[in-house]
Parts: sequence; C-alpha cells; structure tokens
Amino acid sequence: MQTVMSETSSQNAIDVQNAVKRFGDFTALKQICLAIADNEFFTLLGPSGCGKTTLLRIIAGFDEVTEGSVRLYGEDLGALPPNRRPVNTVFQSYALFPHMSVLHNVSFGLEMLGKSPAEARERAGRMLELVQLSQFADRRPGQLSGGQQQRVALARALAPQPKLLLLDEPLSALDLKLRKAMRIELKHLQRETGITFVFVTHDQEEALTMSDRIAVMSEGELQQVGASREIYERPCNRFVANFIGDTNLLEVTVDRIEGARAACHLGGGHALICEAVEGVRDGARVHLSVRPERLFATAEPTGPEALAARVVENVFTGTDITSIVELAQGPRLTLRSSNSERGNRRIFEQGATCFVNMEAGAGRLLVD
Amino acid sequence: MAGRTNLRTIPGFRALTLLCLFVLYAPLIVVTVYSFNASASITNWEGLSLRWYWDVFTGPDSGKFKTAAANSFLIAVSAATISTTIATLAATGMIRTGRFRARTLSFGLISLPLMVPEIVTAVATLIFFNAIALERGLLSILIAHVVFCIPFAYLPISARMQGIGPAYEEAALDLYATKRQTFTRILLPLMAPGIVSGYLLAFIVSLDDFIITNFVKGAGVETLPTAIFGAVKRGIQPNIMAISTLLLGLSILLVTLSWLVSRSDTTK
Amino acid sequence: MAGGTVSGSTASSTYREARGWLLLPAWSVLLFFSLAPVIMMLIYSFLTKEHRGGVIWEFSLSAYDQFFLDRGLFGDEPPRIQWTYIAIFWRSIWQAGAATLMSLVVGFPTAYFIATRPATARPLWVFLITIPYWVNLLIRTVSMKFLLREQGPLNDFLQWTGAIDSPLQIVNTNLAVQIGLFYSYLPFMVLPIYAAVERYDFALSEAAADLYASKWTTLRRILLPAVKPGVIAGCILVFVPSLGSFLAPDLLGGARNFMIGSLIEEQFKGNAGNWPFGAAASMILLTLVLLLLLVFARQQARAERRS
Repeated sequence: MQTVMSETSSQNAIDVQNAVKRFGDFTALKQICLAIADNEFFTLLGPSGCGKTTLLRIIAGFDEVTEGSVRLYGEDLGALPPNRRPVNTVFQSYALFPHMSVLHNVSFGLEMLGKSPAEARERAGRMLELVQLSQFADRRPGQLSGGQQQRVALARALAPQPKLLLLDEPLSALDLKLRKAMRIELKHLQRETGITFVFVTHDQEEALTMSDRIAVMSEGELQQVGASREIYERPCNRFVANFIGDTNLLEVTVDRIEGARAACHLGGGHALICEAVEGVRDGARVHLSVRPERLFATAEPTGPEALAARVVENVFTGTDITSIVELAQGPRLTLRSSNSERGNRRIFEQGATCFVNMEAGAGRLLVD
Repeated sequence: MAGRTNLRTIPGFRALTLLCLFVLYAPLIVVTVYSFNASASITNWEGLSLRWYWDVFTGPDSGKFKTAAANSFLIAVSAATISTTIATLAATGMIRTGRFRARTLSFGLISLPLMVPEIVTAVATLIFFNAIALERGLLSILIAHVVFCIPFAYLPISARMQGIGPAYEEAALDLYATKRQTFTRILLPLMAPGIVSGYLLAFIVSLDDFIITNFVKGAGVETLPTAIFGAVKRGIQPNIMAISTLLLGLSILLVTLSWLVSRSDTTK
Repeated sequence: MAGGTVSGSTASSTYREARGWLLLPAWSVLLFFSLAPVIMMLIYSFLTKEHRGGVIWEFSLSAYDQFFLDRGLFGDEPPRIQWTYIAIFWRSIWQAGAATLMSLVVGFPTAYFIATRPATARPLWVFLITIPYWVNLLIRTVSMKFLLREQGPLNDFLQWTGAIDSPLQIVNTNLAVQIGLFYSYLPFMVLPIYAAVERYDFALSEAAADLYASKWTTLRRILLPAVKPGVIAGCILVFVPSLGSFLAPDLLGGARNFMIGSLIEEQFKGNAGNWPFGAAASMILLTLVLLLLLVFARQQARAERRS
C-alpha cells in the first residue's frame, strides 16, 4: 500500500488519517490514510462497494468516521455538520430541488450562507453563464435534459465557491458521447475555478482522462495512489493491474535477480527478463503484468526473449485489432495493435505461428 | 392463427368488471336521480324538480340539518388539521430518522385504528370517555375523529415521503441550510401533495363517520350522518336523498381532488 | 453486501435527534385514545353492570358467563351452553363469509381485468373502483336499501322486463345483508388482488405456454399461486369489517337478521343497557379479528420471504 503524505500537511486540501468506518459488523473503510493536494483533480476509483462513496460522504459530512480524523486545509472537521463545511457536492442523482427554478437551485446555497437574495441571484446568474445555461434560468429542473441537469448541479455546487468540490459519479447517468464531452468540460472547469475536485467513479477510463492523481480502492483499502500514467504503467498489485485497463497476468517463477533486472520463466519454460521490484527474491513465484498493446508479433524472433506462439483468434474492434495467441505448452496472451499501425505491426492469420515480443520495460512484476 | 390467443385476456372478465362498476355505482346513481324527483312519494316518478334541495335548506327540518352540517364541518376541519399535523410529524419521525427498534411498534400503533373493527373502537372510546368522565359532546367527537383520521392521513404522507430520496435533504444541508430550513424549504414542499392528499382523506373520513360518532356524541348533538340515520330510521324521505346526494357529490369532489394532487409528482 | 446497508444512503436519518419529538404527538394521542380505551374496555368486561348503563366497579365474570352459559331464567339451574349469542356470532361469520365470496367472484375478474389494461389507463380504473368507498357508508347503505326495496327501482325494472310477476322481497332477508356487505367492502377485494396481478410477470405465463401448458393450466398452476397473497389479503379486508358491521344488518336485515354489531350496539344505545356484556362481546369480536389478522400477517411474511 502506498500513501502520499506531504511534509507540511496544512497545504493539503484534505488529510485523511487512519480513517476507519464501520456499519455494524461491516467495515467499509479500513485504516485509510490519504492526502489530497490543493488545486488538484483527485479521483477515487474502485468497483462498487469498495468504500469510495463512503469516504466521499465522510468528507462531505453525511457520515462520520468511526476512528481516525479528516482535516480540511489543516482544520479537523470532526463532527462538523455538512451545512458548516465549506465543501459542496455534485450528487450522482443530481438531487436538484424539483419545486424550485434552475436559478433558485443555484442561488440556494448562497442564500443559506446569508447573502442577500439580489446578490445570490446575481452570482447564480453568472454561474449559469459559466455552464452555458442562462436561457434556462426560469425552467424547472424536470424540464431539462440529463446533461443540462448535470451542469445545473455543477453550477449549484460551485456557486458558493467551496474550498473543495466533491463529485459522486456525476457522469454515470449520461450517455457515452455526452459523458466523454463532460470529462473534458469538467477538467476545464477545475482549472478555471482553481477549486480542488474530488471525483468518485468506477469507470477507469474516466479516471485516467481527467485526474491529476488517482487513488485505486478495493474492499475498504487504498491499493495505490499516483498519477494516471504511473498507475497504468506501474501497477503495484494484481488488483490494480487488472482493474485499470486490460492486461496479461502471467504466473512466473523468478530464476535470479541481477541488480535491477530479474530473469524469470513462464509456464512452458519460456524465459523472460524484466525489471526487478522490491520484495522479489530468487525462486519466488509471482505474477507478471504486460499490457496487450506493448506486445507485438513477428515472423522471426527479434531476440532471445521472443516467445514462439500460435494465433488462436483475431478480433476486430474498430480502432484496434486484438489477437489471442497461445504459447507452446504455455499460457494464452492477448496482443493489441492499433488499426492505424497495420503497416508497422503484422497481423497473423488464425492458426499461423509467430513470435511474440515485449517492448522494453513493458513487463511489470507483481508481488501480490 | 386462431389458437394463438392472448395469455392475458380471459373471456368474461370484461363483462364482470362492468358488472362490478355497475353494482358500485347503480345505487348512488339511483339515489341521485330520485333526489330530483318532483313527487312527495319516493316510489313514483313525477318529473324533474329541485324541490327537495329547496326543502333541505328551507324546509321544516332545515334547522336541524344546518346545525348538523355545521357540526360535521367544524369537526371535519379540526380533525383533519390536527391529524394531518400529527401524521406529518410522525411520517418524518418514522422515515427520516434512520432505522430504529420501535419502528414496527410505532407503525402498529398508527395503524391500530384501521385494524380494530369500528364498532369495537366505538365501544372502547365510549367506555374510556365514561371512565375518565369526559363530557360527551363536540369535544369527545373531535378526539375520537382525530384518532381514526391519523392512519388515513399518515398513509399518503408516508407513501410520498418514502418516494423522496435522502439526496434532496443532503443537498440542502450540503448547501449550508440548517435542518429546520431543510425541513421547511425542501421536505415540506416536496411532501405537499402527500399532505394535501392525506388532509382531504382525513376530512372525508371524518365527515362520513357514523358508527363511532353515534356512540360518543352526547344527547342532542348531531352530525350529518347521525341526523340522516335518525331520519332514515323513520323511513326514507325524498329530502334525505337530496342531502345524501349533496354529501355524496362533496365526497367524490374531494377524493377526485386528492387523487389529482397525489398524481402531480414533481420528483419524477 | 447490499449498497443500502453499506452507504446508508437509501434510508434518510437527517432528523435522528428529533425522532422522539416528532413521534411524541402520534404516540401520546394513539396510546391515550386508541390503546388505552381498548384496555379500559377489557377491564369493563369484568365489571358488574349498572342497570341504566354504566358499571359498578366490582369484579365480575357475569358478562362472559352470560355470553357462554345458560343458567335458566332465575340463574339457579345447572349451567348449559348458551347458544343464543354464539348463534349470532356464527350468523355474522356466515354472512361475512358469503359477502366475501361474492366479492371474490366479482372482485377477482375486475382486479385481473384492470391489471391487464395498459399502464397509463390503470390508475383511472383503480380510481373508479375506489370512489364509492369514499362515499359515506350510511348513504351507500341507504341507497342500496332504496334500490332493493319492494317498490324500488330494481323490482320496478324486473317487473317491467317481465322477468318477475310480483316484486321480490329482498330487504329484511339474509341476502339483503350479504348484498349490503358485498357492496360496502367490494373495493377492498379488488385493490390487493389488483396489486398482486400487476406485479405478476406475464413472461412466466408465456414460458408455461411455451412448455405446452394450456391457458387454463397456466392460469391455475402459474398465475394463481403467484397472486394468492393478494387474494387472501382481499378476503381478509372484506371479511373483517363485514364481521363487525352495523349499518348493513341494521338497515337491510331488519330485526330477524341480527349480527354482532347490532348486538353490541344494543348494549349501549338500546334498552338492554348492559355495558359489561357489550364490552365482553366487543372483546370476543376483537379477539377473533386479531387472531385472523395475526394468521394473515404470518402468511404475508412467509410469502414475502419466498419472493
């Protein structure tokens, strides 16, 4: 488990220390330590039931930690009720008040903060401009499309200028095209406002697209925290490797460690050299993760590590071509080449024999 | 192919449904029609007339009926108001406070007046008022009505409340509203259709009650149903049909309103 | 683990701290004016009667004794079983049962028919069925009496069509009471059955038909077991209020077709004026009804566990 703790915690937007949350016999969060930097687009990523929403609700103030503490810019939030935290939420269902106009929805928070109705309405109007919904100010939320409602929810949560914006799977109700457009819009909005965003999702693609950093969660624990690229390319365990993107997970036996390199072999005796990682010893049986797009097939071996294989199936998926190959007396592997790379990378016919090669540094050993 | 009959339709069921509606409405329609009879006899039809409606308001019994109607409305308005208030608070207490142990017990208590046969409630209430030496009159009727109106007001309110997800109040709290502001500015407006619906049902139930009222009313205090019952015991008169038609029309009007209000669901 | 229990997001607990205050009015009104009266009634049933209504605060079993045992005119004969009141209860049960059966015969097809209408049309149908329930029961019963009486519209119509020669005597018969009860509580039969059929997935019927079941077999073996809880609920909802009803037997049945409701009423409003006896009869009726409801609740809980 990795935790990133900043030296001077007061600069962090959020500091979660040893947070435990139990619902009866069920432990939703197990000793979470997490720091989210100021002005960061931070994503909590994990399958449903992993505790990411619980953590978000604790930061918002809807639930309390059983043990541990949560600090907002150095200040312990304790049992502070949600209406006294400078934190706003975009709800998964949006939760727009159906009996109020769009403008009134957006001005609600400002009014509750004691702003005069005129001032609240004026600022709400500007927020609607920001999300390009000014012409719908007098409509009821029910009269708007899903995407428009989503932007109203954003405007409403941003209007009081919170120190932290929490987003609970806000894109899950939108269709794919709109979702993709909103990812870019959200990222843009975060840069423009300079507000720290904490985004919860189970969609790894969404997380990779928008986030500065991602925390991958599973079963109430943080699995890995890091930048998108780092998490994708250097997953720290099998869960992360499997959950983020597609991967080939292969059982390997480590033959010997030579400095930063580890010589291993696969089932069937195919030998491989990969980067050594902490905790790997001679003779250990561990897993190797290789992304399908970092494997390529050739007619002749490109080096001593090329693996002899036979093509089982080729699947055309539009942008990519996926090939499933079987190593001689060994496991199956998935290879992916982009449709545009047809010139450089050769696709073999089904049943043909070929050699599978790994790009340098593509294989990652996973201790657990 | 003829053999491919629709699995849903069963022959004869449409006819029985129409029979059902006929049975439900025929007596009401007959009484309504006969209330416009010009004849002084309830048996012969002598043409259309508003004679008996005129009689209700100005005839020899009009004073009695007016007093009874005033009592009925006074009690119905008060009972509906009190019971709806109690039911709204109770629904909030039951559905907005998480899980708790006494919840099933509370629900049992709220629906107790629905489970106990009316005649038993009437007897029990009469005996209780006798035991605590509460004088029988408008107040005793009102108390009894509040009790049996509570479940009728509670059911539509709680149904509505269960349909409102917790996200609305969380959103309000998140936007710096206090719990009180959240209740008055978010929850109450969202519950309004349920509350109106519950109020109207409580009003109708109170206005219509005969059995319990008959037990707990004092001598000389009458509501419309007890006055009508007294008159019917001496034989069905045309003016009774006119007054019944008025009351029937009012009930149908109110229940239609309640239905329309409860259908205007803004959260969907 | 279900998301609801984990995140707690399905059940709101915003007003947890205020729960006591929110429930206090309902609890106090209902405890004091709904539960306490029943307990007081139980106590009264064990007291001595005062001759012109009311009670003397002296313990006595005479109310129950009078209900179940016959000790002769002067109370000095060896006790035998008193059949008078048991017979009234039995007649009430019989009348309520007949009304329930009539409601089932008309109510089931109605509920089924409504539940198989297009989804947009259903609320209106349901509404049409419920409207009469909200009309004053007294007025409805009087209307029924008006319709059924000897010179009433029904007899006029039947004579006009030539179906009968002389008017039928319906009022003041058992049948009139059954019709009155049937008419009073018919919507209670329709609604739960409707709810059950509406929830029923007709793909199951299609699957059965696909597996060579005839339409009738499908109905009997697949649909009926699925909607049985609704049918039982409907029967209970008609039977229970019918059992203790007062208006239908009083207005439509006349003096010979006495039911429990009239027996009880007479103890408080009429000349008999025996409060402990009325309280005892009410307790016996209440016990019967609660036993029925208990059986029903257990059956519903079982059905719920199965689904």
